[in-house]
Amino acid sequence: MNHSTHPRVDQPLTPLEARLAALRGDAAARSMDARALAALAANPGCDRRAVLDAAGVDKASLAARLGSPAAFGQSPFAITRGLVFERRLRADRCAELVALLRSELLPEASAQTPVEVPDLLPSEGPAVRAARTRVALSEAAAAASAGRAWTLLDRPLLRLDVAGSSVSLEPDAIVVGPDGRWTVVEIKSFPILDGSADPTKVGAAARQAAVYVLALRATASALDAAAPSAVRPAGASGAGKPGSPYVEPEGLAGAVRTTGLLVCPRDFSNVAVAAPLDLRKQLAVTRRQLVRMTRIETLLAALPETARLDEAPEAVDALAHAYTPDCLAACELSFHCRTQARAAGAVETLGRGVRGELGSLTTVEAALAATGEGEALARAARLREEALAR
Amino acid sequence: MSLLTTLARLEAVRAGVAQPLATVRHRHVSERPFALVPLAAAGETGAPLAMLLGSDREHPRLLTVPQPLDRDLRFAFLARLGDELLPYLESFGGDVELLERNVKDPESGEKTVEVRELCADAPQLIVPNPGGVELLGLFGRSTRFRRTAEDPDPGPYPAPARVPLLGRWLTHLSERANVPGSSMLLPLTSTLARHWATGQSSLEDAHLGALLAWIAPPEGSRGEQAASRAENGRDERGQLLVPPAGPATDPDFDSLLLAPAVTRYDAARSAQDEPLTRARAEEIEALLRSVLLPVWHQVWQGIDLLRELPPAAHVVERWEGDRWSYTGHRDRVAAGEPPQPLHDDAVTAARKLAQREREQVRVDLEEALDDPLAMAEHRLAGQAFAGEVVEVQPDYDTSGRSPKPRPLVTVRTEDRPHLDPGGEVHRAGGPSTQRAELAWLDAEAGLLTLRLLSGMGRKKEPEPGSVPEQGEQVCFTLFELSARQSAPLPDPEDTPWTHGGPPQ
Ligand code: SF4
Repeated sequence: MNHSTHPRVDQPLTPLEARLAALRGDAAARSMDARALAALAANPGCDRRAVLDAAGVDKASLAARLGSPAAFGQSPFAITRGLVFERRLRADRCAELVALLRSELLPEASAQTPVEVPDLLPSEGPAVRAARTRVALSEAAAAASAGRAWTLLDRPLLRLDVAGSSVSLEPDAIVVGPDGRWTVVEIKSFPILDGSADPTKVGAAARQAAVYVLALRATASALDAAAPSAVRPAGASGAGKPGSPYVEPEGLAGAVRTTGLLVCPRDFSNVAVAAPLDLRKQLAVTRRQLVRMTRIETLLAALPETARLDEAPEAVDALAHAYTPDCLAACELSFHCRTQARAAGAVETLGRGVRGELGSLTTVEAALAATGEGEALARAARLREEALAR
Repeated sequence: MSLLTTLARLEAVRAGVAQPLATVRHRHVSERPFALVPLAAAGETGAPLAMLLGSDREHPRLLTVPQPLDRDLRFAFLARLGDELLPYLESFGGDVELLERNVKDPESGEKTVEVRELCADAPQLIVPNPGGVELLGLFGRSTRFRRTAEDPDPGPYPAPARVPLLGRWLTHLSERANVPGSSMLLPLTSTLARHWATGQSSLEDAHLGALLAWIAPPEGSRGEQAASRAENGRDERGQLLVPPAGPATDPDFDSLLLAPAVTRYDAARSAQDEPLTRARAEEIEALLRSVLLPVWHQVWQGIDLLRELPPAAHVVERWEGDRWSYTGHRDRVAAGEPPQPLHDDAVTAARKLAQREREQVRVDLEEALDDPLAMAEHRLAGQAFAGEVVEVQPDYDTSGRSPKPRPLVTVRTEDRPHLDPGGEVHRAGGPSTQRAELAWLDAEAGLLTLRLLSGMGRKKEPEPGSVPEQGEQVCFTLFELSARQSAPLPDPEDTPWTHGGPPQ
């Protein structure tokens, strides 16, 4: 819900950022959001997408310029419905959301503990907002450890380094409870019907929330490093980079819960209901894949120094794609990449598992040639022919 | 996906047209199916927008909701859906077969004959895709508990009288659609994809237009081009040339055509201008008809394609399961039982799961028996073999009081079954069930010598025709060929809900 465009002018550009901005040309930058990151993690082998997203290229309009527009629109009816639901939750300083969170997240003993909903300056630029969020988080942590209040951070902004460039992320909300634990809240407009929701949609929400948890941990580690030892639990070693994905980091970063909270409409109504969202698996997967992502600089080497995608969109073809049919549901460039993959006769176009099944036969032509006598697929071809002849 | 399916997809790419994945039709297709093409309102859970429906392909009925947020209009839609669909569903309830069985009275121990009814045929609903099945299930969920004006306590928003009944039927049908091999509510895309392999992935096969483009590409074009035109070809107004088969509409249709039309309708309505409101509603109808009609034709084209395939041998038997399911639900409605509960209790849930697993095993077995292409999968996997009988030698087991026939049959095959001497195999397509064991094998020459163990009668010499002859083509499997089947006349108490048992 947070596809926003904003110029990244609030800080001087690093050389890498300058190069990426040049690649984008005059087209407006599209901030990389958690949805993009989560999808990126779903196809981490794709150089093309990694560069485009890091450069903030609007892939939908790039696809249109390439002549293969994507079909990723959202119906105005669905958008309205989502907005109405969110607006209701956030009305009156998030009154409804606060009530729901109180009943879902807080122990009964703290029923009287007041809630803080700090102003996070949502209309400012990303640098200001990120700084404001950091301050609000450390204040919230202090308030919690003093037992004064719990805090709801409404539309905070976090920064996360992804493949060498800094990405702004906007979770729907973060709760800092009286126990000092931090919870990522994800608001979605798909329903929880009779206690269960569409697993694909829940999965996508969990991947997104996992990105927020990672960003929140990074922010917490930064706070730890900067803060006086008072907010740091004894013996904490600061920024945690544990070896096992299931080990929780130490220090403030360890305060981030690996269970998120999903807030959705209930059944056929507009009434909100919350459900816990176990993020441990998504966290492990996402982190592994983010780490694995090749650094953008190396990928950029494939492009000429002067490449500008607003003027010459075909330049994108110099970046290697990693098309699979799953791209169709995840990436705006999928029709373009599919055309290329088909033209190259790549067997991946036929399905997810096909590549593994055919081993070294990577093209349709090679696979069909292998149906001849004594070749790898001869037996299968014989059986098929025999069955069809009957 | 199996290697044979992949091979068929590869061939489809080369040929530019879909290739057969089955030599017979594995699902029942009724003589009088009822097609439904439902559209859902975007963003609302289970809210209807429109539907084209009927059993007369020349004259489909159109139902629409001009303002999907309006509860009354939604219920009016569902009431009209009931008017169209319930007479069809109920029309199969009158014509019954009477089946007798002997039962023992649990108290007196007396044996009596019980007569049960089985409806001679059952309804068949056909929707474009699994999303359509799901949406009908949601309609069922949102309506089966509604109170009506006829209830003692009708509540603030009574629904039209037959709406809860419709909800119970839709719930039953969408539940039944989860049972493998059932055909009472058939999603077209997955049914077609079971029978044809396209040159694209199964994800893309979920698009009815693209799937049909591969199976029957228009003259002079290849499946790939036709499919990509179906997926994203647009006209000068930016609208899809081939509208999606629902239940979701194209977002560009919503934003450019439907949303403005709904706004105009709302304006006319709030101005309380009745003739104008009606005219605006008709505009919306015309819009929705224009995106539904192409799908309607695709659905019937798909039905035609399925009908061209000869039915598989076990289809009739599986359809009988659907008839039982239909009969059971008919009886429960007649008996005034309450609607299906929101959640199954643990026992019912476990039964349903067990039933689905059992039916899946059964469908897999039956498909293998009915279709050499399905059996080829097992042969390739080393779980079956087929070949020609090259030698038959009579032999006997004389260890008992009377000698039993144990002939040795040698089969020449190119298959490489994962089988060692002593291993048990089962004859597929023989006159009766027959077990055999591998006596010895000559892998080099592809010769397997089997000792037949059963299915030859009780005498010393085998019944005529029970032993394959020299030169005959035979097929054996390493797995058993009969799934544990439900008795032909299950006790209602023992019958899972989806199969026609009582609600818990
Ligand atoms: S569609 Fe293309 S750019 Fe997008 S993830 Fe797939 S291969 Fe990469």
